[in-house]
Amino acid sequence: MSGADAPGDSDSGPSERASEAPESATGALADAARESDLGLVVGTLLAIYAVATLLTFTDGLNSVVGLLETLTFLGLVYALTALALNLQWGYTGLFNIGVAGFMAVGVYTMGMAVRPPDPAFGPPGLGLPLPVGILAGMGMAALLGAIAALPALRLKADYLAIVTLGLSEIVRLSLQSSAFDNFLRETIGAGTGGGRGMGMPDNPVRGLFLVDGQAGNPTPLGELVFGVFGNDGLGISHSILVGWGYIAVLAAFLVGFYLILERLGRSPFGRTMKAIREDELVADSLGKDVNLVKIKVFVIGCALMGLAGILWFGSQGNVSPTPQFRPLLTFYVFIAVIIGGSGSNTGSVLGGIVFAAVLFEGPRRVGATVRGLIDAETPSSFADALVSLDPVAFLAYATDNVAPLQFVFLGLVLVFIIHRRPDGILGDRIETAAAVDLSERPAGGESDE
Amino acid sequence: MSSDAPDAVDSADVAAAADAPEDEPEANDSAVEEAAKHVPSGGPPLRVEGLVKRFGGVTAVDDASFEVESGSLTGLIGPNGAGKSTTFNCITGVHEPTAGTVYFEGEDITGLKPHQIARKGLVRTFQIARELSEMTVLENLMLAPQGQLGESAIRAVTPGLRGAVVEEETALRERAWETLEFFEIDHLAHEHAGNLSGGQRKLLEMARALMTDPEMVLLDEPLAGVNPTLEEKLLDRIHDLRADGYTFLLVEHDMDVIMNNCERVIVMHQGSVLAEGTGDEIRNDERVIEAYLGEDL
Amino acid sequence: MGTTDSSIVDSARARPGLLFVVLLGGLLLIDLAAKLVGADLGPIGGSLSVDRLGSNLWNGVVIGLVIGLAGIGLSMTYSILSFANFSHGDLVSVGAFSGWGVAFLLAGFGDVPVRALLTVRDAGSASPGDIGAHILTTPGAILVGLLAAFVVTALLAVALDRAFYKPMRDRDGIALLIASIGAALIVRYLLQFGYGSDRRGVTASVDASNLAFGPLGLSVNAHELTILVAAIGLMLAMHAMLQHTKLGTAMRAMADNKDLALITGIPAERVVTATWIIGGGLAGASGYLYVLLRGTIQFDFGWLLLLLIFAAVILGGIGSVYGAIAGGLVIGVVFTTSTIWIPSDFNQAAAFGVMILMLLLRPEGLFGGVSTA
Repeated sequence: MSGADAPGDSDSGPSERASEAPESATGALADAARESDLGLVVGTLLAIYAVATLLTFTDGLNSVVGLLETLTFLGLVYALTALALNLQWGYTGLFNIGVAGFMAVGVYTMGMAVRPPDPAFGPPGLGLPLPVGILAGMGMAALLGAIAALPALRLKADYLAIVTLGLSEIVRLSLQSSAFDNFLRETIGAGTGGGRGMGMPDNPVRGLFLVDGQAGNPTPLGELVFGVFGNDGLGISHSILVGWGYIAVLAAFLVGFYLILERLGRSPFGRTMKAIREDELVADSLGKDVNLVKIKVFVIGCALMGLAGILWFGSQGNVSPTPQFRPLLTFYVFIAVIIGGSGSNTGSVLGGIVFAAVLFEGPRRVGATVRGLIDAETPSSFADALVSLDPVAFLAYATDNVAPLQFVFLGLVLVFIIHRRPDGILGDRIETAAAVDLSERPAGGESDE
Repeated sequence: MSSDAPDAVDSADVAAAADAPEDEPEANDSAVEEAAKHVPSGGPPLRVEGLVKRFGGVTAVDDASFEVESGSLTGLIGPNGAGKSTTFNCITGVHEPTAGTVYFEGEDITGLKPHQIARKGLVRTFQIARELSEMTVLENLMLAPQGQLGESAIRAVTPGLRGAVVEEETALRERAWETLEFFEIDHLAHEHAGNLSGGQRKLLEMARALMTDPEMVLLDEPLAGVNPTLEEKLLDRIHDLRADGYTFLLVEHDMDVIMNNCERVIVMHQGSVLAEGTGDEIRNDERVIEAYLGEDL
Repeated sequence: MGTTDSSIVDSARARPGLLFVVLLGGLLLIDLAAKLVGADLGPIGGSLSVDRLGSNLWNGVVIGLVIGLAGIGLSMTYSILSFANFSHGDLVSVGAFSGWGVAFLLAGFGDVPVRALLTVRDAGSASPGDIGAHILTTPGAILVGLLAAFVVTALLAVALDRAFYKPMRDRDGIALLIASIGAALIVRYLLQFGYGSDRRGVTASVDASNLAFGPLGLSVNAHELTILVAAIGLMLAMHAMLQHTKLGTAMRAMADNKDLALITGIPAERVVTATWIIGGGLAGASGYLYVLLRGTIQFDFGWLLLLLIFAAVILGGIGSVYGAIAGGLVIGVVFTTSTIWIPSDFNQAAAFGVMILMLLLRPEGLFGGVSTA
């Protein structure tokens, strides 16, 4: 087992790094945090906040709070999606790499259902209430999941991977197609907007702070919040404050996802999922309807992916099929699950947060900060940077082109984890698959009396 | 959904299992009580007629017919390649027979899926133990029982309904412990099954098969790779269970084991049944001796 | 014959999905015939010129050959190393960039700054016309470029194997697949870092390049012909290697039954290395040829091709070299002729759809069961 060096390892989590300086007291705190899942997640978030604050505090409070808002939002949406994927891959061993497609179906269905029939611009919708749209989005994603489950019943894991990837690309290309857009407009009266995409319905959270979502017209709650933290108080921009309001909603959903999936995992259903992951024939020979369970897992997981897509992209103003729903999105989510250790719900949450902050947003911010410190012109190409033989010019090129380097880094991290820590950063965790505590035998069996 | 129908039955089961230890402090006895429900229904529970299985051009099982009597411990022997394992796989639904019929308790089960056959009370173990290595021994056992309430995803999650699941799990956990004690592997309950020795895995597999509450168990070489002490223990358990009314069909390579333990023996050779009878009859059968010529008898 | 009849009925009964596909295919063929003769029979028929069908088919064959060439490598690594290599598409891109860098260097040396040539026009300004990148004007440079594409990509494939896959030989296919996704990210974005992210033209246009083929009205250009010759040449070389060399026999044995091959003393690691050299090299060559066909290059074009390559390999049956070529041709033709029936922005989706259907109905591929390498 490669996890032997886990506790003292420097890469065992940002919480470690954050609590390095004062040794004994915070060290004990970090130990305690490691024991409790909630503590682990909160501790990681706080560590990320601390580093982010260090990076931006010179730009003022507004920038700091804005960066924290971005990091938290991304962390939560990745955690949501990673949880859904973990149900399929981590628990049941179903290698679904069509996550982006299911998210797209969820958010597009919601948009088409909720958008007004005669919008000022963009494709028409059905004008249904938002909750109906959200349910419809989850339903469509679940339906597509049921269809995707058919290959899962008969194919090896790597074939299933290719099929689900193909399916998600078919979804994306369909949404991209103007012919499909026209077809939908003619048949059901709601369109996708083709390559240009569609604007998302107003975020109801915005309505909590602003009357009709109009800037400059706050509700009583908005007035209170803006008064304390906004322009009249601490000087934080109103859109950032509204963003934090939405984060509260996301956090509530995350808790909901987590509880549902934990309960599912800690039950006879969870035992069957684990058994299927390990050995289908054994599960089958013990009387478990393996195919039915696989379909259920696909349906539940894809519905949650659809909901995650709605919560994530539905709040972003505008969705378009490319590049938002490229397979790259799926790989991000996979990396989040792998980092946290597949099969662990807490790991998925933690993996989502760590991925979003450290791997996804971190390099860009660090790159921009470093670039700000360099006083040199950026060479126009890699070759120009190379032949200049000037390390400063090269660094300027690298930090200005940090996006590709970030992907290279992601790839290295992925390979490293698969090589060295296949169980994820938390190492091998025992996730009991039973609705009761198995750790101790109740004396005599009449424990519940 | 599977868990809808047997509601009442299950809760009765739960009650029985939960009450049992209070009445009978001996764990072994309560496992016996569990088993005592399986009063032999008379007639052969398993009947195979004209079973044929071909793989491409190779005929692995060629017109095999036999019966297993209720409550018996029947042995199935034959030289390597006689078609014993393929016969097992055809009976339990892993392979679909090319021709022939399998009856279990009078019902045609040919071509059913493994889980459908298991639900009818015909459960198997594997030649090479297939423990679920990343699950604990206790989880392995608790997986097995049929029609658990919490196998429904809705029940497992919904607040109002989960109470019944937890209750059933409590009873199941107790039954799993009793079964572990019966097989004397309760000290391993919290081990990951992957850490067990070969013999312990065989015990675990048999315990897991029993947890499904079967009528009949097919044991595919349960003693292969098991040390002599454990072998004795395993055979003792099989005899105990047989006395409680379970039916066993035992495939074994070791002739002595079959001859010393099984009241009836079926000999397969080149895909069909060569002889059937008591151990003594088989021992003296000319054709059997001929078939085994060159092998140790 | 009665026996064949009954076996057809039996197989139709056993595989309703297959029956459906056959019926659908038949319907499409009838529709195609109706379109060609210009008959309009309600929902089917319409009009379609023979010229258009001919050029669709020809385009399909050319693109199919390129996809098939890339598919050979994917199929080989899939069967010999037992994992779906998601970095294969990016090897295709590597071949294109390295090969065209060399071709440009030879074609335009002296007139244009070297760095603009080697980076395929990322650094400095130089038009393909100035460089003269066309098979009719600079045939030598184009051919050496093809060779360079093969060699550089083969070396990279071996290097990736040593660094990433060799330490995990004993791991399962999914772990290797995930590692290959990591490798794909690394390679693709190093390409972007080094060569820039914009799509740019590569080949020059030459007036005398189009050759018309009389009765069919086919217009074939010199680059398409080059691809035809190069791809078929590489495939024949591949065939000769597999059938007539010791290495080829060892590779076929490994693909067939790895454990047995190891017992019989086949030097596994050497076969694996050879697999990467040949598979990677062919991927690089196909990327180079793809750019010759399309005339433009972009850092992620190989990745976008990957799913089509997978489709070809699955269609032909994983592990079969000839299947990969045939699968490539089918996918190429589906890709170009599907526009007769469906909107052109769906042709890629149609190819993926064919692949998914294939996996569901006949996962062993069109020529399933015959493992040639």
